[in-house]
Amino acid sequence: MTNTDLTETFCEQIRDAEEKGTPLAITGGGSKMFYGRRPDINAISLDTTRHCGIISYEPSELVIQARSGTPLRDIETRLSDNNQMLAFEPPHFSENATLGGTIACGLSGPRRPYHGAARDFVLGTRVINGKGEPLHFGGQVMKNVAGYDVSRLMAGSLGTLGLIAEVSLKVLPRPACEYTLKQVCNQAEALRRFADWSGRPLPLSAACWYEDHLYLRLSGNEDGLRHAQHRLGDSLLESLPDWWDNLRDHKHPFFNRPDPLWRLSVPPATPPLAVKGDWFIDWGGAQRWLYSNDNPEQIRRLVTSIGGHATLFRNATERIEVFHPLPTPLLKLQQRIKRAMDPAGILNPGRLYPEL
Amino acid sequence: MDRNTFIAGLSDLPARCILKDEAELRPYECDGLSAYRRLPWLVLLPETIEQVQFILAYCHTHNVPVVARGAGTGLSGGALPLDNGVLLGLAKFSRIIDIDLPNRLARVQPGVRNLAITQAVAEHGLYYAPDPSSQIACSIGGNVAENAGGVHCLKYGLTVHNIAELKLITIEGELLTIGSPSLDSAGYDLLALLTGSEGLLGVIVEVTVRLLPAPEQAQVVLAAFDSVAAAGQAVADIISQGILPAGLELMDTLAVRAAEDFVHAGYPTDAAAILLCELDGEQHEVEVQIDKVTQLLQASGANEVRRARDEAERLRFWAGRKAAFPAVGRLSPDYYCMDGTIPRKHLGQVLSTIAQWSKAYGLPVANVFHAGDGNLHPLILYDANKPGELERTEEFGARILELCIAVGGTITGEHGVGMEKIDQMCVQFNEAELQQFHAIKQAFDANGLLNPGKAVPTLARCAEFGSMHVHHGELPFPELERF
Ligand SMILES: Cc1cc2nc3c(=O)[nH]c(=O)nc-3n(C[C@H](O)[C@H](O)[C@H](O)COP(=O)(O)OP(=O)(O)OC[C@H]3O[C@@H](n4cnc5c(N)ncnc54)[C@H](O)[C@@H]3O)c2cc1C
Ligand SMILES: Cc1cc2nc3c(=O)[nH]c(=O)nc-3n(C[C@H](O)[C@H](O)[C@H](O)COP(=O)(O)OP(=O)(O)OC[C@H]3O[C@@H](n4cnc5c(N)ncnc54)[C@H](O)[C@@H]3O)c2cc1C
Repeated sequence: MTNTDLTETFCEQIRDAEEKGTPLAITGGGSKMFYGRRPDINAISLDTTRHCGIISYEPSELVIQARSGTPLRDIETRLSDNNQMLAFEPPHFSENATLGGTIACGLSGPRRPYHGAARDFVLGTRVINGKGEPLHFGGQVMKNVAGYDVSRLMAGSLGTLGLIAEVSLKVLPRPACEYTLKQVCNQAEALRRFADWSGRPLPLSAACWYEDHLYLRLSGNEDGLRHAQHRLGDSLLESLPDWWDNLRDHKHPFFNRPDPLWRLSVPPATPPLAVKGDWFIDWGGAQRWLYSNDNPEQIRRLVTSIGGHATLFRNATERIEVFHPLPTPLLKLQQRIKRAMDPAGILNPGRLYPEL
Repeated sequence: MDRNTFIAGLSDLPARCILKDEAELRPYECDGLSAYRRLPWLVLLPETIEQVQFILAYCHTHNVPVVARGAGTGLSGGALPLDNGVLLGLAKFSRIIDIDLPNRLARVQPGVRNLAITQAVAEHGLYYAPDPSSQIACSIGGNVAENAGGVHCLKYGLTVHNIAELKLITIEGELLTIGSPSLDSAGYDLLALLTGSEGLLGVIVEVTVRLLPAPEQAQVVLAAFDSVAAAGQAVADIISQGILPAGLELMDTLAVRAAEDFVHAGYPTDAAAILLCELDGEQHEVEVQIDKVTQLLQASGANEVRRARDEAERLRFWAGRKAAFPAVGRLSPDYYCMDGTIPRKHLGQVLSTIAQWSKAYGLPVANVFHAGDGNLHPLILYDANKPGELERTEEFGARILELCIAVGGTITGEHGVGMEKIDQMCVQFNEAELQQFHAIKQAFDANGLLNPGKAVPTLARCAEFGSMHVHHGELPFPELERF
């Protein structure tokens, strides 16, 4: 595997862009180009893929540290050779996904409700801010409360606050075995069952629903799983090795439509929402994928009223904002934070919100 | 501003919310770090969100600084009051507002005690995971401000991993909602940024915490070792075997003896160190893992491995650990509790260096800490009445923190920087990094009125601190190995 440190080059490039006021588009593997708002048409591409390599990995410390351009699959292979994993199960969406893009997007896979999100596993970062200064926050240790938690702030910031140069992530042991249970039921019943089971000590590691079936993944040791299977009622035990990966990476046929795809993030026990459309429910009810012709503003109003938010995840049209509008005081605060990290506003401007 | 004029402007606040006489102010002169004391200028104890908004806006208008205070159990002087500003106590915000069982959330006021949350939901088979040893007393608002953690951290995370939403009041008096009852929210992750921000960015007036199902079973094993290093190695062995304990705590001989004398937990008092390893979860899973851990501990040289026979014994094992701080407190007039975190692989090396320094300084050290997280809590025993002993203790403590940084760790794992570790921030962070913190602070609090002088040092302060090191020439105890 290649091992190259381009931190200095990036710093220079960013300093130069700051001086000239030229926007930069930070580009990883390009796997998540569909996601978020379009890069500024005047932006110069800053490619991170050659800035790569695993810097340190010690299984007994449960930490991996790598440069941002490192392919996600290289990281996962190294972990898997040692029976460990990224417990937030990051979506790849393509072979090219990089570690930097993964954290910048902050997306998490089916395991998220039971083990935590991408940001939860970030222990430290090296970040280059909009002034071209290399900065180090957090570290390699599990607990660290010195200074503000800038590292976790980077998760999901879509490269608008800084270029992520390195990331240290907490990793977890891989479970000894995994089963998938499948039960026949409608959406409302599935949501009720998810809420009930999530409040009980069960070895759940994923729960989704689609087309009158719910699917549960159980992770742990053989004995524990068999025991849990009995407690979860009549269900088929299926060998569905690809099911969860296909859901994670949107390879399931559901995701293969050219229409705008909504991602609704809602409190998990929310009953079925009164929106006509085609639903795929993940995260035990907390992440709901939807194709719908209903009025976008109406969808957003409904989701806001229950404490959630709605993203136009794929196939966004020009007319509709990708990310859920923020209340004015919060947007102003986020603008001030953007300015604190990137005073000239040159890093991925407009990728998250037009104002950031 | 003149104090009386300031108080006169507070006429909208009920008189019972204003403490201004010396006798009333005295209890607020310090937090859990009693080495630093200062009589507050004024203490305000609001009862409603509107009152907090009013107070902050009023302070903002008159340029009067504000320090928020929860239960005052902080160990880094974060709630140390000012002699020219308001100490804003949140103790009256002690209500659990709502428990949402289907979504496993509890919405609580910031003054609610950590343990009270678990007590309120236990009947539903749920609990709130972060469990600082101060959990019977500390407030959830203070936990958020310090990103508090406890024995359960390794498996269940810190406060940041277990909260969903905050209501925050800015220094201008504006009420903001950060986060959501969903699993994520739009825009930047301000929930993460605010957790651990030590009251420098805003005042938290409501917290929504996540609740977890209480595990079906919890089982603990106690292992005794002839050396602290062997116990440290056992920690690495357990974790590299893919086992994630719910708690993995280490106590050295001084701590073991003190705790045993105090609570009679049944600890082997001749051991150089004991490890407590708790596993929790589904019953069958726990059985299998306990057997595996027992074998691992034996293989890594434990001379005794004991499994708690029943729930009563399990609780007794933990009672000793939980009482270790006060127990050590009985050995000496004063103790100073440090809080550094290191990569676990350096445990043996760092502990033996601390032991050497302890001899050189003539100050005994007891160790009782979260070994699974590499979060050390060396307790330096001293006597504040002996001239110079506090200063020597502080110097020793500072060197321990610098040692933690040198091996790739940090100066605080869970207690925060506060007043106490502000100089060591200059060692852990360079100028550009500190400037970045100040810029973020500016985004929230442009005039620097919230908890000034804490957590993030000014660059001028670092210059002074640095020059002290450079000009001092000889470091004490040059014969000792340094990292
Ligand atoms: C002006 C311009 C216009 C373009 N238009 C198109 C187009 O119309 N269609 C098309 O397919 N491609 C287009 N591209 C290419 C596209 O920008 C990149 O392929 C894409 O942004 C990078 O992929 P990605 O970042 O999604 O990859 P990922 O690695 O998946 O990154 C996802 C997100 O993370 C950010 N990111 C990645 N790495 C880091 C890091 N280390 N630190 C901080 N943030 C990071 C990225 O900026 C992006 O927002 C365009 C590029 C430019 C410069
Ligand atoms: C015996 C003992 C054991 C301890 N064990 C642990 C442990 O295991 N793990 C651990 O993490 N800590 C531990 N602590 C430290 C302490 O209990 C925690 O830091 C706790 O979170 C502090 O909560 P508090 O309510 O007492 O906060 P305070 O001490 O009142 O305040 C702490 C900081 O938080 C700020 N603050 C408080 N409330 C608010 C608010 N509502 N809004 C904004 N800022 C606020 C204050 O300004 C101050 O900076 C221990 C302390 C003691 C005395």
